Amino acid sequence: MSEKKQIQVPVMADLAARGESPEVLFWVGCAGAFDDRYKNVTRAFVRILEHVGIKYAVLGMEETCTGDPAKRAGNEFLFQMQAMTNIATLDGYGIKTIVTACPHCFNTIKNEYPALGGNYEVIHHSTFLQNLINEGKVKIAGGGEFKGKRITFHDSCYLGRANNIYEAPREVLAALDADLVEMKRSRANGLCCGAGGAQMWKEPEPGNKDINVERAEEAIGTGATIIASACPFCMTMMSDGVKSQNQEDKVKVFDIAELIAQAEGINA
Amino acid sequence: MISSIAFIIVAVLGIGLFVWQIRKIARNINMGRDKEISGDVSKRINTLLLVAFGQQKMFKRPLPAVLHLFVYVGFLVINVELIEILIDGTFGTHRVLGFLGPVYSVLMAINEILGLLVIIACVIFLARRNITKVPRLTRGPEMRAWPQMDANVILITEIVLMLALFAFNIADQKLSQLNGVQLAGAFPVTSGLVNLFGSDVQTLKIIAATGWWVHIIGILAFMNYLPSSKHFHIIMSFPNVYYSKLEPKGQFSNVESITHEIKAMLDPSYVVPPAPEGADPQKFGAKDVEDLTWKQLMDSYTCTECGRCTSVCPANITGKLLSPRKIVMDTRDRMEEKGESPLIFAPAHYKEESERVKVTEERTLLRGYVTPEELWACTTCNACVESCPVNINQLSTIMDLRRYLVLEESAAPAALNAMFNNIENNGAPWAFSPSDRFNWADDLFMATKN
Repeated sequence: MSEKKQIQVPVMADLAARGESPEVLFWVGCAGAFDDRYKNVTRAFVRILEHVGIKYAVLGMEETCTGDPAKRAGNEFLFQMQAMTNIATLDGYGIKTIVTACPHCFNTIKNEYPALGGNYEVIHHSTFLQNLINEGKVKIAGGGEFKGKRITFHDSCYLGRANNIYEAPREVLAALDADLVEMKRSRANGLCCGAGGAQMWKEPEPGNKDINVERAEEAIGTGATIIASACPFCMTMMSDGVKSQNQEDKVKVFDIAELIAQAEGINA
Repeated sequence: MISSIAFIIVAVLGIGLFVWQIRKIARNINMGRDKEISGDVSKRINTLLLVAFGQQKMFKRPLPAVLHLFVYVGFLVINVELIEILIDGTFGTHRVLGFLGPVYSVLMAINEILGLLVIIACVIFLARRNITKVPRLTRGPEMRAWPQMDANVILITEIVLMLALFAFNIADQKLSQLNGVQLAGAFPVTSGLVNLFGSDVQTLKIIAATGWWVHIIGILAFMNYLPSSKHFHIIMSFPNVYYSKLEPKGQFSNVESITHEIKAMLDPSYVVPPAPEGADPQKFGAKDVEDLTWKQLMDSYTCTECGRCTSVCPANITGKLLSPRKIVMDTRDRMEEKGESPLIFAPAHYKEESERVKVTEERTLLRGYVTPEELWACTTCNACVESCPVNINQLSTIMDLRRYLVLEESAAPAALNAMFNNIENNGAPWAFSPSDRFNWADDLFMATKN
């Protein structure tokens, strides 16, 4: 029998008021907080955190944009303003370890905050999930409902080339006992979804095709019924790309955390 | 004696001219901003050995990698023979290293085999450029008449140099045979061809001398052609790889002057350190070549225009104007227009325009060469950086040009300005109320197993 349990997501300000500190701070990110589709990923990841019983917290309303889109767009001033605001918040709570489901937040906090005085151990959720699986905290007995399903993983540029994380998301998917297939352009040769460098917020420059369509065609071409991603922008771009090919009924785009939560049977 | 003097004059002139050109290029590179690139020497040497000497990144594409390896190893090994050529030419000796005996034989044999492989590779490379027209080598607005010709000149010169070496060896062997002398060295490629030029001693002497002179003058001319050519990579690859970025590719540079400005804004007691001598503290990003760092300028002298970056660029693949190779080539063109141009190359020759690239009359890298449309097509995905066999960082130049557009000209596309406003006002790139940021946690349930 399974039961429904309501989750009260712990907020950092409350923990601090009680004099407590979390093992890990979950950095939700703007897409994770506002994007309707990606909120599902946030919820799935929180369920996993609850499921394994790790002491975590979120910043809640105190979180603001890391500044990544501003920096990639060339607005260094706005980026640094955001970064310093966030560093003040994080340092105010004495945060040491951060986990996030967004490769852009991950890259920015991990690589670009140190020059501005923010030093943290930053973990992307793919690595975090890989560790949980390796430690046996997430078991997915028998692979769960994705056993044998054909899944292809789309590399996020800011996880892959930017930070050399290629294997962690694949090892997470391996726990599903699915039929993992690679696109021709994968890992270091992966093709961008088209959203990076602040393209997410603008129309593409004139060309003969949208990048996400090019990538979605490649993903659909593998015969996969699930495109797995580990980035909110890739999620949007790949979903739109699949729709442009009228394949949205046959091919679904999921984040690796959603697949794990689903396979582990903790979604409600 | 006369030929010794002639040789010394030619060699000194050739080397002197080369040094003179190198100094011009050094001055061009020094137009760039100072940036200290240091630290982690062992990692740098490791990268140098793997990427430059070991050609690690070339092997992502096996066929051109193997062919290129022939030419590269040929270049390195055959140049050992250059030492002998210099000694023979200066002192009028003949095969002065012949006393090495079996070592010399092995060396000559390897040289001949490599020479043949170089010819084969160069012929295939010529075919790839001119017959099968491999897209990355032939297409794009930056692949104008000069870069196309440059590539062919290099390949044909290399073939001629090798043929001259063979001609010299053939005539030399036949002459020794006719004189009943044992010639030092082993010649696996040409030993079967000893009778090719007949057995007239006078003719053979002329052929041997011509082959020798064509080879040595060819090498000196080639060396002096390098600074005008994409082929300069045979020298620049090594320093460029040594100074390559060791941080994660996703880590973009920090603009320190802005950090000081913000810290001073937040804390009035903060003391801004004085700007380094000669720096323009008020200018953010890059409008022209002197705003880029010396490393970014060195990047463009290292580029051999292979087009790997452009061929993997998602923007370029989908028909956008952006071509990372063009940005690197434009940087070099502009640098030589503004600074000094070496002997052969004239930037004016480069500035043939393409229909789609709408440059302005401004004499700056930004707009005069690189248009905002190209810059705004970049997804910062690092595919170009990943693909470059000589560790050029195309993305860093794109980002510095973007920074100038945004910070100095407020010339971001309207949609991006809206995104900036959202971040400033709502703390998120979208127009959502910050008070809704935690709504995702409302009514959140999970299944628990009993």
